[in-house]
Amino acid sequence: MIFPVEIFLLLLLVITAGAAILVKDLISAVLILGSYSFFLAIVWAWFGAVDVAFVESVVGAGLATVFFLLTLFVTAPKDTRIHPPSPPWTALIGLPLLGLLLLYAASDLPKFGDPASPASVHVSPVYLENSMEDTLTPNVVTSILMDYRAFDTLIETVVIFTAGIACALLLRRNRT
Amino acid sequence: MRETLLFVAFFIVILIVVYLYRVIQGPTVFDRVLGLNGISTKSIILLVLIGTIYERVDMFIDISTGYALLNLVGSLAVAKYLEHRGSA
Repeated sequence: MIFPVEIFLLLLLVITAGAAILVKDLISAVLILGSYSFFLAIVWAWFGAVDVAFVESVVGAGLATVFFLLTLFVTAPKDTRIHPPSPPWTALIGLPLLGLLLLYAASDLPKFGDPASPASVHVSPVYLENSMEDTLTPNVVTSILMDYRAFDTLIETVVIFTAGIACALLLRRNRT
Repeated sequence: MRETLLFVAFFIVILIVVYLYRVIQGPTVFDRVLGLNGISTKSIILLVLIGTIYERVDMFIDISTGYALLNLVGSLAVAKYLEHRGSA
């Protein structure tokens, strides 16, 4: 059954993205970006990508808002350009063409949730069948992230930790 | 049952549009903060509804709880900002 909830949500995404660019007050832009992340997380949840929705709601709606506000603490809260520069005409013509090209290419992709698509024929069954014996973890996603790709996840964590240290150093107050 | 839940989700999305008008158009920052809070509560309900439609409520409850907690953190950050900067 086709029901236009996702069309509505995508329209809301476009409206919030445009409003966040156009608004002059930067703290309002931060709040509008927060609502953008909310809608994006709902869209992910609607398509069944629960973990992506969780990350989007935690990082996009929560942490990014706080970090933007921290940035506004130490900079100016207004967009001071009187006339924002208009986008170049090559972008105005080229980007819709690129979007049309991507839509044309997307019609070649396998249907959403198709059991005969290459991704669910080649790779997924191996993990689904062997992960219980290999790792003794009932959750397949957890076993892939924490066991098959343990080094990948570890180094990702190191990268995020480094970024966190850099942010803490940059945002440190001078207590002299 | 599923159709009923889909209709409820649809009307909640329409309610979100009403709040969104206040977030985008709102003359002061406080209007926008209140609108964002309204959107987040509706989003929590919408997430639980989606979980009920897909019959995987246990996973979606986690997301909606995370949403609620981080919405509190975001509201606190905005309140702290307005406290330091004065009214905007």
